[in-house]
Amino acid sequence: MPLIQAFFAIVRRDLLLAFRRRAEMANPLFFFVLVVTLFPLAVGAQPNLLRAMAPGVIWVSALLAALLSLDGLFRSDFEDGSLEQLLLSPHPLSVLVLGKVFAHWLVTGLPLLLVAPLLALFMGLPEQAMPTLWLSLILATPLLSLIGAIGVALTVGLRRGGMILSLLVLPLYVPVLIFASGAVDRAAGGLPTGAQINILAAMLLLALVLTPLPTAAALKMSVN
Amino acid sequence: MSFIPAPISRFFHRTASPPHFYTLADKLLPWLTVLFLLLLIPGLYGGLVMAPADYQQGDSYRIIYIHVPAAWMSLFIYVLMAVMGGIALVWRMKLAEVMLISSAPIGAGFTLVALVTGSLWGKPMWGTWWVWDARLTSELILLFLYLGVTSLYGAIEDKRSAARAVSILALVGVVNIPIIHYSVEWWNTLHQGPTVSKMDKPSIHISMLIPLLLMAGAFKVYYAIAVLQAAKLELIKREPSAQWVKNLLEQNA
Amino acid sequence: MSLENFFAMGGYAFYVWTSYGITLAVLLWNLFAPIVQRKQLLRQLALKQKRAQQ
Repeated sequence: MPLIQAFFAIVRRDLLLAFRRRAEMANPLFFFVLVVTLFPLAVGAQPNLLRAMAPGVIWVSALLAALLSLDGLFRSDFEDGSLEQLLLSPHPLSVLVLGKVFAHWLVTGLPLLLVAPLLALFMGLPEQAMPTLWLSLILATPLLSLIGAIGVALTVGLRRGGMILSLLVLPLYVPVLIFASGAVDRAAGGLPTGAQINILAAMLLLALVLTPLPTAAALKMSVN
Repeated sequence: MSFIPAPISRFFHRTASPPHFYTLADKLLPWLTVLFLLLLIPGLYGGLVMAPADYQQGDSYRIIYIHVPAAWMSLFIYVLMAVMGGIALVWRMKLAEVMLISSAPIGAGFTLVALVTGSLWGKPMWGTWWVWDARLTSELILLFLYLGVTSLYGAIEDKRSAARAVSILALVGVVNIPIIHYSVEWWNTLHQGPTVSKMDKPSIHISMLIPLLLMAGAFKVYYAIAVLQAAKLELIKREPSAQWVKNLLEQNA
Repeated sequence: MSLENFFAMGGYAFYVWTSYGITLAVLLWNLFAPIVQRKQLLRQLALKQKRAQQ
């Protein structure tokens, strides 16, 4: 089977598995909305305050939602042994891993775009910032999945890896958070956002090339 | 590996064998201790006594002689850990794994020192214990990276797997450090608070520079001493029933 | 320069000496913790060996 077919076979399989448990697919979305809802309750509902905080709050919540959904990336494959099958395949593991991350992002990252307008409304984010918020989500959520995959691959063999996973992954998320929320912040103020969006795109391309290698190496370590 | 000349690879394998390394460390340690004191004592004397007070910051600037070398060491050790990680992954060299994991607490210690002294320096200069200054923020994230390494190593039961895991993590971290650094720098210029004064040292006078370099040298040698001590412990922990450990016990008895 | 002046650090004594003190504590800990642990471990191993021989 050629490599490209193997890649799409993995994507198709993972999407099918996710679709069978579609009730779970909505969980990261609920979580995202819930976390954002907590902020007005905690700091008060003054419109000015909320508007100033909006980009940061939305992005920190997106980060946490992405982090929580990461656990499902390799867990079930690790438990039922299909991860070992994947390691035995003749194709380079890094490409197959990329397929798994892509499928995972389609299921958990992309839907965040759907609720983003609702959250922008809650936080009083100006309408002019909406396209930038979407663009930053499209570019940055796959980045979160790609970087997070390294952490999941390192901790999938652990019984209670959740806490360590966040300790490993969150510091690596810092640049994504800075540039993504920075872009939305500037858009809300009516400033150009080209630089931030370009940097996010560059980081995404870099991560597409670089992160599958350590993820594959870490999976080999975890399975042994 | 085949592309390394045989005598060199023999040398490395001999040096890297645990008993040989253990005795080598014991031979090196006294010399390193002497070198450490030779750098530390003039460094402290020059920094705390000889160097004049700063015309703006008074004597409070003397924290520089530990703050800046500690911050240098915190980065240096992380990069060194990534190099060890690379060696451990490519050549499966046990000694590189041992050195990597022995370095982590020392590097975390230096990072903590850089943070605490930065805060203690910032209080008289900025009037507050903590400012989200670019350097302090990067240093804080570096501390999290170190803690990630130590807690991942602690969490994985099988220490061979744990060493591979932290090797991968150290390499991933070292690629991220410059990205984190520049993103934090950019973020800092964007959200510049009311306190603009930074701990910049415009052009440092020679009488202040010499003790700074001496202290930086002393910290490097301290790291060598501390990492050898930690590696000695780690080597015994890894193979407590090996023949060379038994010989060691007989020597001690 | 008198010794008193030296310890006063131009009024910054608290900040300067706390910094040096904390640094000393952290560096000493990282140096001596492995030494103490190694001695304990060697003692345990020696004890185990003795028991195995008897």
